Amino acid sequence: MSKKITIEPVTRVEGHGKVTIYLDEQGQVKQSRLHIVEFRGFERFIQGRPYWEAPVLVQRLCGICPVSHLLAASKALDVIVGAGTGEGLTPTGEKMRRLMHYGQIFQSHTLHFFHLSAPDFLFGIDGDPDTRNIIGIALNHPELAVQGVMMRKFGQEIIRATAGKKIHGTGAIPGGINKNLSIEERDEFLKGNDPLNADKMVSWAEAAIDFFRNYYVANKEFIDNFAHFPSNHLSLVRKDGAMDLYHGVLRAVDSEGRKILHDVDYQEYYNFIEEEVRSWSYMKFPYLKQYGKDKGWYRVGPLARLNTADFIPTPLAQAEFEKFKALTHGKPNNHCLHTHYARLIEILHAAEMIRELLHDPDLQGDELVVKGTKQKEGVGLIEAPRGTLFHHYRINDNDQIAMANLIVSTTNNNEPMNRSVNYVAKAMMTAKKEITEGMMNAVEVAIRAYDPCLSCATHALGKMPLEITLLDQNETIIDKKRSH
Amino acid sequence: MDNQIIFTIDGKECRAAAGTYIVEAARQNGVFIPTLCNMPGITPKGACRICTVRINGRLMTSCTTPVIAGMEIENNSPEIRELRKSIIELLFVSGNHFCPACEKSGDCELQALAYLFQMMVPRFPYQFPVKEIDASAPLIVKDQNRCILCKRCIRTIKDEQGRSYFAFESRGNKLEVVLDKEMAKTMIAETAELAMKNCPVGSILVKEKGFYQPIGTRKFDQQPIGSEISTH
Repeated sequence: MSKKITIEPVTRVEGHGKVTIYLDEQGQVKQSRLHIVEFRGFERFIQGRPYWEAPVLVQRLCGICPVSHLLAASKALDVIVGAGTGEGLTPTGEKMRRLMHYGQIFQSHTLHFFHLSAPDFLFGIDGDPDTRNIIGIALNHPELAVQGVMMRKFGQEIIRATAGKKIHGTGAIPGGINKNLSIEERDEFLKGNDPLNADKMVSWAEAAIDFFRNYYVANKEFIDNFAHFPSNHLSLVRKDGAMDLYHGVLRAVDSEGRKILHDVDYQEYYNFIEEEVRSWSYMKFPYLKQYGKDKGWYRVGPLARLNTADFIPTPLAQAEFEKFKALTHGKPNNHCLHTHYARLIEILHAAEMIRELLHDPDLQGDELVVKGTKQKEGVGLIEAPRGTLFHHYRINDNDQIAMANLIVSTTNNNEPMNRSVNYVAKAMMTAKKEITEGMMNAVEVAIRAYDPCLSCATHALGKMPLEITLLDQNETIIDKKRSH
Repeated sequence: MDNQIIFTIDGKECRAAAGTYIVEAARQNGVFIPTLCNMPGITPKGACRICTVRINGRLMTSCTTPVIAGMEIENNSPEIRELRKSIIELLFVSGNHFCPACEKSGDCELQALAYLFQMMVPRFPYQFPVKEIDASAPLIVKDQNRCILCKRCIRTIKDEQGRSYFAFESRGNKLEVVLDKEMAKTMIAETAELAMKNCPVGSILVKEKGFYQPIGTRKFDQQPIGSEISTH
């Protein structure tokens, strides 16, 4: 008898999704899919709105990484107001945005590692679900829980100082920024009370890497072999090949490290990237046009960024980058769970960047906005915490948005997430008489590695109800299990 | 001082010149009465009813009623507060007011009053009317989704000959404040700025200058509406 297993909702991810796994009569996994079950429609209902409203409106896509949407949209509108891309802004405008962005990377990655993923490492992926959550961490590893909370708070305070609010601020506007950083605000981050200062964040970020590395040494076989499959990798990089999460050119490498997208200007991303629609999900499947649907799909996010970048332009993160690259002898890393390691290196990089920026007097400058010859169309890309984020707008003669296209980070990871689900389902569930909670969590662990932001606006904390439905060939329910 | 008369607001003895509208007389005595359609310098209309008070037992709009000696005005009673809250809720449901993406957020009088009267969620069903945005003018956008038909723009935004840039069009639930397209072509930047400033909501926007005011420095970021007159 064939079975259909449904995991709904997927827990400890941002937003709502479900997984279905079909087993045939012999218990072999026939097919598995990650479904995105919410329809948002932002691209449609923003049409007709004044263009300068777009950054503040579209950031409502997400409650975790709104800064990424605010900045990507602002970058696209920089082009429209004639401020150009990246280097076109005033030093104060660009550096304030960078500070905001690295604050965002820092807090979002911290949230993901400490609150969402660490329970799997500390208690095991088949550990007791009653303790395998952030509350379990708070009870059993209080120092780690406090560290996670305080690190996130620091990143959020950086966002508040630059965007006006911790969540859904303004800050970035077409052509620049609406405020600078006062000396008092700066000093609070540089010389603030322990632990909320930049030096402490750098040292805690280093400690978090040590924590993961120790876990890795003890669990190398599991981490290396869990959902390990080759893929392409895509991200922005600085023109000289350095990691740059705010601005750069678009680069993709294949699983062997060969460049398959050669540092192109992202203003014409549509010449290189296509999106496929599949009937069973509201999330599209992007791929590199030149290589087609089957071979052109790619990963984005921390793992991809460490695979595409030649180096990291901050010393401590660079040292960690070299150790990371040594694991795969300089070749791209295709181990799904190494994404956590890559994410922690980015936390360190973000902390270093924040510290460096805070010492830059340009943040106290008064030239905030620049404009030039108006354009009708603009594209803004940014490396959001979860990966490359595309915003593309066209306006009409009345300054209203006529077209919007957003390819969010999680969309870029759609195919690799589905492959990871399939990989783990086959490895863990094939020919098993009983489907355990641990097996289901393994599927979620694979998805969680990508830190997906499924609906962008909601997020789950801890354990949510998990439901399995067993159906016969006629899709009649023969058994249902639900954990609470 | 000779023509000063004595009256009470919520039992507090107040003084003002005879003939002063109650809303202004209250202000002079440190009492805040909320307004939306009314603003200093224009002839009151009593359109929005948010300034309704109970005077000697009757409900009346304080922006159109002159104060007279011995008047007993009820302004801050549970009944009046509830009435005003209902008006705010009705305004919210009859338009499309999405504060999160509105650039007037923090400077919007309707939003500020909603906070002041602690509107959590409107008790009335949302109408979600289909409204247009007129962005054809060179300097301003008229967003009908957010218009509360207060007529402040019609009454205050005029050219050198005294002609209004804005006017009512249609009737009933089709009624809208529209911008004269020909006159809009000659509108100067200062007039556009004034039109946006005088609009109590986010219905009139100056083009290409949204969100320039950082959060924390907007009109109602630090103190509730009316704080310059009285503590609530």
